[in-house]
Amino acid sequence: MNLDSVYTELIMEHNKNSRNKHSLENADLSEHGHNPSCGDDITLELKFDGDIISEAAFTGSGCAISQASTSIMIDLIKGKSIEKALELVETFIAMIKKEIKDQQELRKLKDAMALKNISNMPARVKCAVLSWHTLKEALNERK
Amino acid sequence: MMLKQESAVKKENLGSQYKKDFPILNQQINGKSLVYFDNAATTQKPEVVLDAVDNYNRNINANPHRGAHTLSVRATEAYENARAKVKDFINAERAEEVIFTRNTTESLNLLANSMEALVEEGDEILISLLEHHSNILPWQQLAERKNLKLKYLYPDQNYRISLAELKDKLTDKTKIFSISQMSNVSGTINPIKEMAEIAHQKNALVVVDGAQGAPHLKTNVRDLNVDFYAFSGHKMLGPMGIGVLYGKKDLLEKLPPFLRGGGMIEYVKEQDSTYAPLPEKFEAGTPNVEGAVGLQAAIEYLEEIGLDKIKEHELELTKYALEKMKQLDFVEIAGPLDLEDRGGIISFNIKDIHSHDLATIVDSEGIAIRSGHHCAQPLMKFYGLNSTGRVSFYLYNTREEVDRFLESLEKVREVFGYES
Repeated sequence: MNLDSVYTELIMEHNKNSRNKHSLENADLSEHGHNPSCGDDITLELKFDGDIISEAAFTGSGCAISQASTSIMIDLIKGKSIEKALELVETFIAMIKKEIKDQQELRKLKDAMALKNISNMPARVKCAVLSWHTLKEALNERK
Repeated sequence: MMLKQESAVKKENLGSQYKKDFPILNQQINGKSLVYFDNAATTQKPEVVLDAVDNYNRNINANPHRGAHTLSVRATEAYENARAKVKDFINAERAEEVIFTRNTTESLNLLANSMEALVEEGDEILISLLEHHSNILPWQQLAERKNLKLKYLYPDQNYRISLAELKDKLTDKTKIFSISQMSNVSGTINPIKEMAEIAHQKNALVVVDGAQGAPHLKTNVRDLNVDFYAFSGHKMLGPMGIGVLYGKKDLLEKLPPFLRGGGMIEYVKEQDSTYAPLPEKFEAGTPNVEGAVGLQAAIEYLEEIGLDKIKEHELELTKYALEKMKQLDFVEIAGPLDLEDRGGIISFNIKDIHSHDLATIVDSEGIAIRSGHHCAQPLMKFYGLNSTGRVSFYLYNTREEVDRFLESLEKVREVFGYES
């Protein structure tokens, strides 16, 4: 196992100093996500402008992978439409499940591609996908 | 001085000597020889246990208590021999006081279900905040079903529960007092004998979760005078899927069956049935005979070495690890810092690093440790912990392995860019 391929600089940076980790005043939607088996716990807050996600932030606690994954996801989905964000969620989850053959398809995930190697660590997959599942729940409520 | 050194060498050899009996431990994980420090979760099996299970399956296997044919008789013998071994191991009075279950969790669920017959609305159940979820949830459910009050004993700063706290929380309404022999998070050992005596003065029934106790502490249920005692085979070198519920005969007889079906009946009519005597009354369905046979072999192996000797070795490792860990200013220990009434379990955190990351990085060095909330969320919340890493020792661990673990903690800090 190569630790450098998991704990990349990008992930470490997002974990340590995430600009997205704070609460959002007057959020339109707040969704709680929790991994009962390990205790990772996040609350995702979203603001909308029509069907565009205008602002997003999170609070909570958990391992570096769960925290970085959440922060990177927020960077990716801000300014996107609900539909586009849901599509990105599906792509991300498919990447972690190793269901994507065409690597070109992953490019739209941008920095979130850094989490690709988690797919080789079954014990940590749930840490990486927590925030994405949480976002999906939240957006499906909004739809 | 010379003497001290010599004894240290002897202790070291002890672990390496036993390690040879465990084939699984002789392997590389991530390019390093495996260090297995997750014994509070499950333990590894020595050759004699693997052989006993293999021999049962190759030569004996049949449904016990059912057939008249030779193999069925032999399987019944194997199963009942295992029961007799467990009876002696915990010094129960009679073999029928030993009920085979899947594990501690099932034993406690059996009790919480069947003890419904012994409680009334308004009664109280007393447990502690040090409990594993399996000694909380079944009682929560019983309390909800029968409208009982579930009360908790709180530990002190040093992860210990005082007898004064017990006396304070016991009332005339306390019908059930259930407590762990050893905490799976902090390693705290509770004074079960004294606690049972105090609880009995209030006529409460005493249930003990021995999941962490039975594998490490010589346990005599009659001397402790507990009413029920539960433990798991897989935490004491035996197979998974075999556990034990001990209960005093007169009490077990008062309880209704938990699961119903084959093997536990006397007469079955269209509308009602009568049940077999103990222990079959509580063992519905085809039992795990190979598991019981494996557990017997595990007990024989442990007894040959001696639980006292094993505990001494574990404490030696715990003392060594604790002393070294206390010197690292980035390590925070969640548990008693002294060795009194303490087993070989150390929960801890590395400053500013989540325990899952810790466990992953340590694993890359071939070292298996647990991370998370250890199925003890109320305890974690009480002490303000999100999660911890945990190392837990058994007979086959060595001081050299502790050294490798300590070195790996420095690596954890490095990966996260901290100067250790």
